[in-house]
Amino acid sequence: MTRYIIRRLLQAIPLLFFISVILFVLMRSSSDPVATMGGRRVMRPEDRERLSRQLGLDQPLYVQYLYWLIGNDWTAIDVDGDGVAETPGTQRGVLRGEFGKSLVVRGEQAMDIIMERVPRTLLLMIPAEFVIILFSLVVGIFSALRQYSIADNVITAVSFVGYSMPIFFIALVSMYLFAVKFKEWGLPYLPTVGMFDPQMGKTPSQVMLHMVLPIFSIAFISIAGYSRYVRSQMLETMHQDYIRTARAKGLQESAVVFLHALKNASLPLVTIIGLDIPLLLAGAVVTETIFSWPGMGLLFIEHVSRGDVPVVMGILMLISVAVVLFQLLTDVTYAWLDPRIRYE
Amino acid sequence: METTGETAAIGWGEQTSTTVITWRQIVWRRFRRHKMAMFGAIMLVLLVGYCFGGALFVSEEYANHTDTSLVLQPPSREHPFGTDTVGRDIMARTIYGGQVSVLIGLSAAIIEVVAGVLIGALAGYYGGLVDGILMRFTEAMFTIPQLFLLLVMAKFFAGKIPTVELLGRTFSGSVIVIVAIIGLTSWMYLARIVRADFLSLKEREFILAAHTIGTRNLAIIGRHILPNTMAPIIVAATLGVANAILSEAYISFLGLGVQQPTATWGNMLQTASSGFHKIQNAPWFWFFPGMLIVLTVMSINFLGDGLRDALDPTTVT
Repeated sequence: MTRYIIRRLLQAIPLLFFISVILFVLMRSSSDPVATMGGRRVMRPEDRERLSRQLGLDQPLYVQYLYWLIGNDWTAIDVDGDGVAETPGTQRGVLRGEFGKSLVVRGEQAMDIIMERVPRTLLLMIPAEFVIILFSLVVGIFSALRQYSIADNVITAVSFVGYSMPIFFIALVSMYLFAVKFKEWGLPYLPTVGMFDPQMGKTPSQVMLHMVLPIFSIAFISIAGYSRYVRSQMLETMHQDYIRTARAKGLQESAVVFLHALKNASLPLVTIIGLDIPLLLAGAVVTETIFSWPGMGLLFIEHVSRGDVPVVMGILMLISVAVVLFQLLTDVTYAWLDPRIRYE
Repeated sequence: METTGETAAIGWGEQTSTTVITWRQIVWRRFRRHKMAMFGAIMLVLLVGYCFGGALFVSEEYANHTDTSLVLQPPSREHPFGTDTVGRDIMARTIYGGQVSVLIGLSAAIIEVVAGVLIGALAGYYGGLVDGILMRFTEAMFTIPQLFLLLVMAKFFAGKIPTVELLGRTFSGSVIVIVAIIGLTSWMYLARIVRADFLSLKEREFILAAHTIGTRNLAIIGRHILPNTMAPIIVAATLGVANAILSEAYISFLGLGVQQPTATWGNMLQTASSGFHKIQNAPWFWFFPGMLIVLTVMSINFLGDGLRDALDPTTVT
């Protein structure tokens, strides 16, 4: 098993390298970060040239990628534009844990900017994931045990609608219902945008109140998909011989369902959820935009349009690493849960 | 999926009825029995009728016609879906926006299928180095969440493609960009399925037979193996349309998609939800395009489910 994990980790290295090349080329050749740096003033061509040179944007693409990857403190760069490389570089490169300085928030390390936002995204995503797993299990098992009943049919219909819904539409509907209409009807209503009410300050209760709608929107869509999956897995498992055996030897129905059936039915679910967790981070882009939640997704949107390569690449690489690690983690968990599976 | 569709299905056809029926008839019979799939198909016909038939009653000029005296009017007899922030009729815009959304969905799915089948077939058939390179590429594309890839690529292509005239209508270059990037970021799953099918099919006797009589590689790929992988391709293509419509809505919603005045359901929602006062005071503005997206995507998903069951040679009718 240890050898398997090591081999997988080694395989991840070329994969991540490949991803970084694709993304770097796409990002760097698509945007002109200097364009918005002058603010409202029109930038003089010589200023433009000087800025590009100082930021290293005048270099050929492969040199820029190299500097991004391994830094440029081992070589000298030409800052004053006389064709002689005289100033030693300061960038340490991704491989030594430095993503470079942000081109938008000048002078700040990209990693610092990202790391400031990551906890806020996780604050939404981790509770959302708990809600998703809990409710998809509850709803899925309930549906499976009452197959073709009215409740099952209603759940099926709702989950098909939810499954086909873009996340921002459920967000709009829930904002309209729980914030606008509830306020109109004089009921306690929920806040819609931001992390806290500026007048109340950033208290835990405020933040929690502001988390309700975003988490509801994220969870609704995922639960719709997963609960279908749990239902079909449960139905399949409940028809297995060992379930009949368990019943035949007089076990209580709850023991049959939760100990014998659920354990086996939830195996494939581990795979699906494990592979989807990093995608939740991607979903955060939309959710955070609509609820103005100041997390990593919103950061990405703000910086991608201004061509801030270090920050955008930092976020993308972070997510790619997360995807790769979760894939490995999923496989390992799966093998641990299902003794029939052995990796050599 | 190991059994080739035709032999297996005809075997069952003979068991269940006295007359020999073809594979197509079996599929159609199974499909017809699938209530949700039929519901999806009928809904889709209605929705496409709405988008393309509706164009006979309202002109595109009307859909883009602004009237500042009628800003954000609630639904009325004159404007059944109300008006938007510059006084355009929302119903007319959902009609023309729907055309663009549906066309984007279809064309992106075509690109997805072409790319996925091509890469999957080459990797699966030739194996070795070709397979290694193509599959590493597929894996790399798969690892980056699609939405991020879409946003980065939308940025990459933005403004590089000029406006085009097609079917007597003008499409802004952003429509072409969206179609291309959605197609190019969604083929990975299909490529893996096609590769897996090719890997198992190329070892079969009928392929060996084809090799022995000197059939060229391309003919073996296109005429002998590909028809046997049609079922997953058709299903993936159908679901691909739904996903493409959703993807378009997502990037348009984030402001990097199709640009105004060309309407799509996605960018209508974007204008409708920019600013809380619009969400609060003009629910009709975002409700109708949103509902149309949900209905369309749901119908296509039903259709895809039905096709999956109907085309599956292992289910018994």
